[in-house]
Amino acid sequence: MTSPTDRYEMVVGLEVHVQLKTRTKAFCSCSTEYGAPPNVNTCPVCLALPGALPVLNAEAVRLAVLTGAALECSIECTSVFARKNYFYPDLPKGYQISQYDKPLCEHGRLQIGLNADAQPIVIGITRVHMEEDAGKSIHDRYAAATAIDLNRAGVPLIEIVSEPDMRSSKEAGAYLRVLKQILEYCDVSDVNMEEGSLRVDANVSARLRGETKLGTKTEVKNMNSFSGVERALESEFARQCAALDRGESIQQQTMLWDGAKNEVRPARSKEGSHDYRYFPEPDLPPLVLDQSWIDEIKKNLPELPRARRERFGTAYSLSPDDADALSASVALAEYFEAVARASDDPKAAANWVRGTVLATLNASSGDLRNFPVRPADLAQLIKLVRDGALSNSAAKTVFAEMAATGERPDAIAHRLGVLQERDEAAIEQWVTDVLAEHPAEAQRYLGGEKKLQGVLVGLVMKKSGGRADPKRVNQLLSARAAG
Amino acid sequence: MSDAAAVGAVRNAFARMTEVNAGRDGLNIILWSDQASAERDAAAVAESDGPLAGVPVVVKDNIATLTLPTSCGSRILEGYVSPYEATAITKLRAAGAVIIAKSNCDEFAMGSSTEHSAFGPAKNPLDPRLVPGGSSGGSAAAVASGICRIALGSETGGSVRQPAAFCGVVGVKPTYGRVSRFGLVAFASSLDQIGVFGSRVDDAALGLEVIAGRDARDSTTAQHSVPRYRDSNGERLDGVVIGRPKEYFPESLDPALRTLCDRSLDALRSLGAEVRDVSLPHTDLAIPVYYVIAPAEASSNLARFDGVRYGLRIEGDGLRGMYEATRSRGFGAEVTRRILLGTYVLSAGYYDAYYKKAQGVRALIAQDFRDVFDAGVHAIFTPTAPTPAFAIGAKSDDPYEMYLSDIFTVTANLAGVPAMSLPIGRMNGLPVGGQVIAPHFGEPDMFRVAYALERALGREAHK
Amino acid sequence: MAVTRDDVAHIALLARLALDEARVPALTAQLNGILAHMDALQKVDTSNAIPVAGVGDAGMPLRADQGPPIPLARPRDTFAPAVRDGFFLVPRLATHEDAAGEVVE
Repeated sequence: MTSPTDRYEMVVGLEVHVQLKTRTKAFCSCSTEYGAPPNVNTCPVCLALPGALPVLNAEAVRLAVLTGAALECSIECTSVFARKNYFYPDLPKGYQISQYDKPLCEHGRLQIGLNADAQPIVIGITRVHMEEDAGKSIHDRYAAATAIDLNRAGVPLIEIVSEPDMRSSKEAGAYLRVLKQILEYCDVSDVNMEEGSLRVDANVSARLRGETKLGTKTEVKNMNSFSGVERALESEFARQCAALDRGESIQQQTMLWDGAKNEVRPARSKEGSHDYRYFPEPDLPPLVLDQSWIDEIKKNLPELPRARRERFGTAYSLSPDDADALSASVALAEYFEAVARASDDPKAAANWVRGTVLATLNASSGDLRNFPVRPADLAQLIKLVRDGALSNSAAKTVFAEMAATGERPDAIAHRLGVLQERDEAAIEQWVTDVLAEHPAEAQRYLGGEKKLQGVLVGLVMKKSGGRADPKRVNQLLSARAAG
Repeated sequence: MSDAAAVGAVRNAFARMTEVNAGRDGLNIILWSDQASAERDAAAVAESDGPLAGVPVVVKDNIATLTLPTSCGSRILEGYVSPYEATAITKLRAAGAVIIAKSNCDEFAMGSSTEHSAFGPAKNPLDPRLVPGGSSGGSAAAVASGICRIALGSETGGSVRQPAAFCGVVGVKPTYGRVSRFGLVAFASSLDQIGVFGSRVDDAALGLEVIAGRDARDSTTAQHSVPRYRDSNGERLDGVVIGRPKEYFPESLDPALRTLCDRSLDALRSLGAEVRDVSLPHTDLAIPVYYVIAPAEASSNLARFDGVRYGLRIEGDGLRGMYEATRSRGFGAEVTRRILLGTYVLSAGYYDAYYKKAQGVRALIAQDFRDVFDAGVHAIFTPTAPTPAFAIGAKSDDPYEMYLSDIFTVTANLAGVPAMSLPIGRMNGLPVGGQVIAPHFGEPDMFRVAYALERALGREAHK
Repeated sequence: MAVTRDDVAHIALLARLALDEARVPALTAQLNGILAHMDALQKVDTSNAIPVAGVGDAGMPLRADQGPPIPLARPRDTFAPAVRDGFFLVPRLATHEDAAGEVVE
């Protein structure tokens, strides 16, 4: 008998909240800086003092439109803000300003990879709308009270709602990773799940394979990593499958993920008790955008990960694997490209960046933005190797020094005395000396025992302290054997 | 104005305030005042060359001021002093005005009589047994009793015009978006506007000139430049077309009121205006529309009074207990009723039938006005209220009967057009107001008609 | 459409108003009295109504992404009912209390 999870299919839609990277809040001029002392970044507007009114941040609109465009949404010239009413102490006005029936962006799509038949897997984006964040409630700080910090209240968010198009936790994970990459490429958010600048809620249901109707879904919340989302989905899916197998029906409810216990459990809330009483926000007229302004943003959309990947493949003849790895982040892609251009050797640049650069960064948990090895310097190092001035092993030594000091490679190579000797006479002399010092091997080699050439090259290299160009040494030895 | 003159004006205002507010009649029209602080302000503005230099102004208790409390006539904000100031107040002070007091009003401006104040009802200076109207009854009464000649009120459905009519003064509700609402404690955001009371049309025109204009802190203010409304002061109305909407002169209209309105219309004709019969066919739906939209918005606007960040807090069982104790004890009966009504019409399953439908009918009411003005009418003339001031307690049994006293005023709020009330005579010794309504940003024409009518009626307006 | 006493209890919960049991019948009657007048709206054809535009024709004005914020003339603890270490304090919640006031553990 097959297991329930084989007989049922998982259906997932994701709601992703993303904090936009603005200097000030969505509806007031308070700073969005993270980590300020409690309630310092608050004003009459975000404290919801009587009589205060919201005024929308232009940059938040630009970033939201940019995201919508990157997700291939249609951007609405007229969208409307609405109030979502509910009481919670970190929601100062008693309502959240959001968008409801007229969102800014609709009907987008996101390609998250290829399926087994090499066909693209495309997930529909239902909508991208603007809203404001709530503050923070801290429950474990004081014994008898919950502490409220409103610094985050009013920080601009977008909510990206997908269609229920994902069929596995793996696809959900891929969707999130691709989405995060696009948000990074567009520079609209810090997309940091730990700091809460990206939050994910998942809607999941199960249905028998072959069934076309959607099953009853539950909403899973409280995940704090992408892998947490994947595990929570598996866990909730298994729960639903087991229930369906027992002939039970699924209750529409909210489930909370407990990462430590690796399980979901129902949030105890009354059915139908949520009644947000949405209505158009009367303090804000409709948001009306110029089509030409929207077009301008679309036109100036940064190159997105998929396009960059493809370009890396064609322009630099990188393997799909290299192209993928080197376009993982904007910083890495730009670094690689700078090295590739300056060195005029994309293959070597790819090898260096994927290998030594990333290894060095990982070892030091460093960040490419303040990495001491500048692209131009790495390019110079690549050229030194290509020109035969540095051996590969010497280049590794020089690179380590560059990463430590930020010095230029030629200066380091000079200082360490590892530049390869290009003086013909000096190399000739080393060859002559080695043959003289190892007469038995010399005799056998010159007598036609070609396989000894490698040993002799090694000896010459050793004698030269690595400075002899091995290619030249080989040539000289061959010439003598032939001569 | 000299130092001494400015301080003297403030002293006189306070003397008069003491006399009427806490004196024999105890009108209870002023809630909060601070004479020492007002005199210091007066001395400071004496050098001002602003149009209101040294002029004492009374402000409704729902407009945020920095030194006097802003309690909105509610227990839930008792003792609350705003840490920021309304834009209208900043503009008044920049023009040299001295804010001397905060006036009594219906709690959160919800009412038509100033009986629904947590701090007791205000009384009409002309007869303390009567209401001054509402919700800005305190400000209207302050002007009527001579404490000041300019006062600020707020309008959502007639809360400036109706008390102006009841107290025999001038009251203006500007076009929606003409005056910043920043610092006006919200009742129903899509209807609220700060309004101005004046002892005469000229005072109201001056006050509005000072506080009007685009404000970067209120997204609903209009870009339109602010004309000098006092330039509308003329004698003749040649070429002006006045609309007389038949729905505002029903069979049931009190004959005495009809006579006073006819006298005003005759006066307008004699000044050269053409009086034309017009129709605003959806007028009878205005009260139902208003009492869906205003409570709906109010239920949301008043959610912020939760005992967390400011104002009253009463502990209860847990968080929900605290919320419920604070709000139940903090809000009075009328506010509670309207929050419940507003919550109901927005709740799941009822939104379309009530709120959405009401917005649709509201659009028809606005279209009525557009149709009349597009046909060449410059201003509409109607009675301001169906009756003069009524007795305190007379309408406290049936909320809907109280709501009907707004029947001639709510339409202008729903349509967003400017409207004002000015005294046009008395019936049974009580003041009666005539209402002038103009198209969006038609304040210059509205004032032109009001100035001319005020001059033509002369002392008859107060007889 | 008539409001029942249960409806009144439900909307009172949504609005966080604790109603005195004794007041509920009278309030229910008042709300029904008011709502009866609203029924007139149902008969109106609003299919051709153009929504009120007013001053919002040109859309909402936007602000530049910069400070400073509107200042507070007095510190937060002068107007807040309960403050500690800069936090506003409310009665302790277990870990979460949802929108309906239902405690979620």
